[in-house]
Amino acid sequence: MTFTTWSRHLLVGLLLAAAILAPVGQGNYITYVLTSWLIFSIAAMGLNLTLGYAGQVSLAQASFMAIGAYTTALLTLAGWHWMLAMPVGLMLCFVVGLALGYPALRVQGHFLAFVTLAFNTLVFLVLRNEDWLTGGNYGLMGMPRPDFGIFKTMRQVDFYYFTLVVTVIAALVMWGIVRSPWGRAFKALRENPIRAESLGVDTRRITLLAFAIGSAYGGLAGALVTSLVQFIEPGSFSLLHSLRILLMVVVGGAGFFFGPFVGAAVVILLPEILRFTEGYYLIIYSALVIVMLAFVPNGLLGIGARLRERFLAPRQRADMAQGAKLE
Amino acid sequence: MTQPVLSIRNITKSFGAIRAVDGVSFDVHRGEILGLIGPNGSGKSTLFNCLLGQLRPDAGHVEVNGRDVSGMRASQLNRLGVGRTFQQLSVFPKMSVLDNIILAGQEHRGTMVSRLFGAPDAGLTEEADRLIGFFRLTHLRDTLAGSLSYGQQKLVDAAMAFMAGPSLVLLDEPAGGVNLTMLADLKERLTTYNAEHGTTFVVIEHNMEFVMSLCTRIIVLAEGAVIAEGAPAEIRANQAVIDAYLGG
Amino acid sequence: MSQFLQVFLSGLATGSIYALVAIGFTLVWQAAQTVNFAQGEFVVLPAFFVLVGVHLLHLPLWMAVALALLLSLLVLGVLFKKLVVEPILPSGGISLIIATMALGILLKESIKEFYGAEAQPFPALVPQDPINLLGATVSMQDIMNLVISLGIVVLLTLFLNRTRTGRCMQATAQNPAVAEILGVDVKRMVLYTFLINAALAALASFLITPVYLAKFSNGETLGVIAFIAAIVGGFNQIRGALAGGLLIGVLDNLTATYVTAEYRAALPLVLLIAIILLRPQGLLGTSEGRTV
Repeated sequence: MTFTTWSRHLLVGLLLAAAILAPVGQGNYITYVLTSWLIFSIAAMGLNLTLGYAGQVSLAQASFMAIGAYTTALLTLAGWHWMLAMPVGLMLCFVVGLALGYPALRVQGHFLAFVTLAFNTLVFLVLRNEDWLTGGNYGLMGMPRPDFGIFKTMRQVDFYYFTLVVTVIAALVMWGIVRSPWGRAFKALRENPIRAESLGVDTRRITLLAFAIGSAYGGLAGALVTSLVQFIEPGSFSLLHSLRILLMVVVGGAGFFFGPFVGAAVVILLPEILRFTEGYYLIIYSALVIVMLAFVPNGLLGIGARLRERFLAPRQRADMAQGAKLE
Repeated sequence: MTQPVLSIRNITKSFGAIRAVDGVSFDVHRGEILGLIGPNGSGKSTLFNCLLGQLRPDAGHVEVNGRDVSGMRASQLNRLGVGRTFQQLSVFPKMSVLDNIILAGQEHRGTMVSRLFGAPDAGLTEEADRLIGFFRLTHLRDTLAGSLSYGQQKLVDAAMAFMAGPSLVLLDEPAGGVNLTMLADLKERLTTYNAEHGTTFVVIEHNMEFVMSLCTRIIVLAEGAVIAEGAPAEIRANQAVIDAYLGG
Repeated sequence: MSQFLQVFLSGLATGSIYALVAIGFTLVWQAAQTVNFAQGEFVVLPAFFVLVGVHLLHLPLWMAVALALLLSLLVLGVLFKKLVVEPILPSGGISLIIATMALGILLKESIKEFYGAEAQPFPALVPQDPINLLGATVSMQDIMNLVISLGIVVLLTLFLNRTRTGRCMQATAQNPAVAEILGVDVKRMVLYTFLINAALAALASFLITPVYLAKFSNGETLGVIAFIAAIVGGFNQIRGALAGGLLIGVLDNLTATYVTAEYRAALPLVLLIAIILLRPQGLLGTSEGRTV
């Protein structure tokens, strides 16, 4: 057991080191992509809690990014510091998540997918039509980057490190949630919800909280996006983007802690790699998605788990070890 | 006269034209091990599901420790001190035995918020280990529950039902599919637990041997109604019961 | 009043086509546990097959339509089932949701890349002259669309209820395990379901594209409307999807004309949310056990 924890700490350390060193020597564009990766990892982490841990399909994560992004944008444009604007966006997303989830989570599976799909599209419509508030199709622009006096984030690389700090904090919070008795309850919920309910797990409440927290993470990602791109418009938060975030969770491996990071990396990097194919890249991309779902349904980290099961000493069935007590 | 732990009054449940449970009433007293038996189609399972809130009876009500529990969700019922075991798929396969049992207890400690900020094991490792030791599963403590033998899973299931210290435990065919040696173990552990903690059991079972030797009192259902009630020896000799099982 | 009648009838006509799409969607969901998020694109693609036939292969219209129908059955029926649904369905509903959404993008972008991004005119298959009906000016096309669509629904209902194959399909949808024991060729019935959906989508495509022009991006709205029509109508009957489609068609038209153009698309969405949360079995569906 200690070897696994030690090796896991080492892995996390290496990843952190890689993340710190990644933008060194790279141009602005690469740094921008890396920052984008971090931001979407946060959004995907939130959706991973909702989907991977609590088992609820949500096609609304992009709309929560939108709520976070627009709230932060409007407040920072009005002169608020990002550090004050962001929590407002976060809280708003949490509350909206609770409000949406309370009725919506009474239905499961595809019905929830439809409700969240409809919600996402409705948010998009409001953003597009209420131009007195949101700038309509033209969006909002010129949002200032956070300024901490001695540390300004105007430079791409400085903003990257700022985002990295935020991401690490968000990941630590998520780790805390998942490691706590809540994490055990989520696992139970996934594996045998009826048994869980019969043991006193208030499945409805914990699912709702997972949904709301997941939405808040979406809001945090949105708040960061506002400052990264300094221009937001409704098209960046359409259903397609909710699908992308969902894809990140599934590609990385739903229910695995680092799945969102892996998934976000793949989903963000793949279009960059396919850029040479120009018009055809979405075609190839979507075809690859279908192929991936057919062959690697548990995501990339799911492969890792399966390999580990196969190659490390398989746990013997306990009754076989006991010999004569076989059924 | 102490209040019965479980009180069932006039439970009736029909499915279309079929009356599965027809006005069943009985009490279960503290510390009893009550067996609920009857031939197939007698309404045992339907009655059981009505007790557990999985089915809503057409009429009648259920009281646990004097409190009306009709229509309660399973988690609410559990928090009132009612535990249950399942016939099948009763453990969390990808969690260790220890985790299975800690889960069974954690929801009864503190509030949802305190659980978020508290210790990962909710302070329950010691208590869980004691229960694991009681069921002689200590060597399997860290094994994934899904890789246990069927009989061992049943023991884990029982441990989970007991972890929160319920006053009443409903056991759903605990002997089903378990080999003879394990069966003897299971019966011995259940009897000992009942003696040590005074927990009340209600057992639905088909295995006659098991029921007769485990239970202190037996109620027999046939065609949705109670046809006999009494100590195991009386029931064994009861003509109406024999008729019900042999058909006619 | 005559304007209302016009809008109403026009809505009925479009709604009847939505109904076709919704019926296909419902059938595939019920019989094959496949929630096809690409259904909208399924209604766009056949029209482009026709355009390819007419403009690239220089076929006469009727031949192009026949070819398009065949291709649709092949691609949207057989290939869809074999290459997308069968490999992915075992992994669960979420994977299939993403896969069909990805498929939708694949089809949409393929049309855009290989044919073109601009809206294309589409030859009308039915006469388009306006006629006077009770003081309102209605297009013949609308009437024909309505008649044809309802006719198809009637035929489909007869097929499912009166023919042996149809009843086998219903049995498969309700309880595949039992159907198999009773000797029904479950795999084939499922295939037929996919073929019927492909055919319905193609027919809907031929009827609706002359109105909206052929554009790669039409699928978005069409798809959403199909889901909503199916769910609003209720999943248990074809009647439900028909009612849902007609309802959405009429309400959509009425909203656009009398209430708001900007939030036109919001109505079906709000309706969807409301129905799912308040009455998940739909308006005409019977209440089954919800999984909660």
